[in-house]
Amino acid sequence: MTDPITNPATPEACFGKEAVALALADHAAVQGLADYIVDAKWDRKELTLTVAPENIVAACKAAQGAGYNFFEDVTAVDWYPAEPRFQLSYSLLSHKLKQRIRVVARLNEGQSIVSITAVWPSANFYEREVFDLFGVPFTGHPNLTRIMMPENWEGHPLRKDYPVEGYR
Amino acid sequence: MSPIEQLEEITAEDMKIPGVADVVRESVTHHKPHGSDPVSDQTMILNMGPQHPSTHGVLRLVVELDGETVISLAPDIGYLHTGIEKTCEAKFYAQVTPMTDRIDYLCPMTNNTAYALAVEKLLELEIPERAQYIRVLFNELTRIQSHLVWLGTHAMDIGALTVFLYCFREREALLRIFEGVSGQRMMTSFVRIGGVSLELPSGLIGEIRAFLKDFPSKIAEYEGLLNGNPIWQSRLKGVGILSAEDAVALGVTGPPMRASGIDFDVRRDMPYSGYEKFKFDVPVSTGNDVWARYIVRMQEMRESVRICQQALDGMPDGRITADAPKIILPDREQMKTQMESLIHHFKIVTEGFAVPAGEATSSVEAPHGMMNYYVVSDGTAKPYRVHMRNADFANLQALETMCKGRQIADVVAVIGSIDVVLGAIDR
Repeated sequence: MTDPITNPATPEACFGKEAVALALADHAAVQGLADYIVDAKWDRKELTLTVAPENIVAACKAAQGAGYNFFEDVTAVDWYPAEPRFQLSYSLLSHKLKQRIRVVARLNEGQSIVSITAVWPSANFYEREVFDLFGVPFTGHPNLTRIMMPENWEGHPLRKDYPVEGYR
Repeated sequence: MSPIEQLEEITAEDMKIPGVADVVRESVTHHKPHGSDPVSDQTMILNMGPQHPSTHGVLRLVVELDGETVISLAPDIGYLHTGIEKTCEAKFYAQVTPMTDRIDYLCPMTNNTAYALAVEKLLELEIPERAQYIRVLFNELTRIQSHLVWLGTHAMDIGALTVFLYCFREREALLRIFEGVSGQRMMTSFVRIGGVSLELPSGLIGEIRAFLKDFPSKIAEYEGLLNGNPIWQSRLKGVGILSAEDAVALGVTGPPMRASGIDFDVRRDMPYSGYEKFKFDVPVSTGNDVWARYIVRMQEMRESVRICQQALDGMPDGRITADAPKIILPDREQMKTQMESLIHHFKIVTEGFAVPAGEATSSVEAPHGMMNYYVVSDGTAKPYRVHMRNADFANLQALETMCKGRQIADVVAVIGSIDVVLGAIDR
């Protein structure tokens, strides 16, 4: 896979016309997001679209306009020690089209991303959870505080360099 | 100096303990409800929970009140956070199944199914039809069981104590059925990756049929206790209004969403585990209030009975696990007589099984709403990341919208109507 941050490419360049045609046959509405997609993956009948982190709000708005009206959740995957370290996976559902897409943004450590609470207020708790357990800051979030761990907790438990047991 | 003389030297200042106002002020500066004004003389901050009987676990609500009217409300969660997602990363794929029971402990079978579906998607396993039917059967029995706990506790919160005993009578019969099939009443771990763990014991089908035959009359009995009750009606009708737009914006799923007029059910619209073969209706209401959620859930129990009967009638014969000897533990008899099976058994137990790299999301309709499992694999025998999306977590966000402007007593009714399980929220 090409690195989406350093080498933006069209879905066709990444995965070949056939894979993209298959994905589009199933998910025609994602053409509304075409301007923001830097990478795409059609795997196990699930469509994963990578967007640049600075475009996340615009991409979410475009997805909303394309019919993906329901925000399911956002979570992160820590690919430590690889760079970019964090993969944010936004899961979006369309009630009308009866399908879901995964929008992915990749971040380095210390990099922040704009909150999508302006598009879907339901992202509020989920972004707080990612902030709490992974330490990814969301700018523009109305109440970015820890949600699971105590306020005075040090560290972010779901990071891969945080041990499962024993001392930190 | 004698101890008594020492006592005399203690001044009134030393004896001063922090007043209620100090404690409240401290609490507010730490957990200020979002968007509220600083504490003024007109409003009062009320700390509800974490040990409040109506919060169904350990949910703390910081409620700002003007008289008895709710101005703002901020849920404070995390008291049950056990780091299950982190622990999953240190276990083999098969070892994660017992942990999923403990997330939403009222619907263990649904959690097992959601996790199994996600891993099966990664492994690209074909599940035999019999296993799918057994999954559907127990998913629906779990739904009835979860709704019975909801109805009993919801009615108890409102003050109708009798209903609780009636509901738990039927729940007991269901837990016996779960015990009969899995050996466990609550933490069943029955649905496994690749199928289900055990064949149904003889006689259990008859027991389930007897329960299903009897149960619709029991639902009528609950409704007889509640529907005509003027207190029940006035506490539920017009309370906790949630419009369809708000439900979508706040991520509400499950019965609260369908009670706001959105006709979406994962079982019907994005079928999994063979649900497309079953005929059932999805109850929808446009009442938007607590009463509508009550009606929707009662109707859902009736539909679940229908699905269970179809599952029993149409259950095919065959295997209960997929044909994948490197993933599913072999039959005990085979393991003792065949070399290959012994090797597979040894390898699965000691090393687990590797799952191809990739990511997969499974989605099921749990009793509380949409439940998604997101599993990321890096090609090893342990999941790289497991994330659970439980309906309760998002539904809780809608609590403020539903309670704002209502009386403090209505908060109890609204919490009951969204049916929160704190194990699922905090994970």
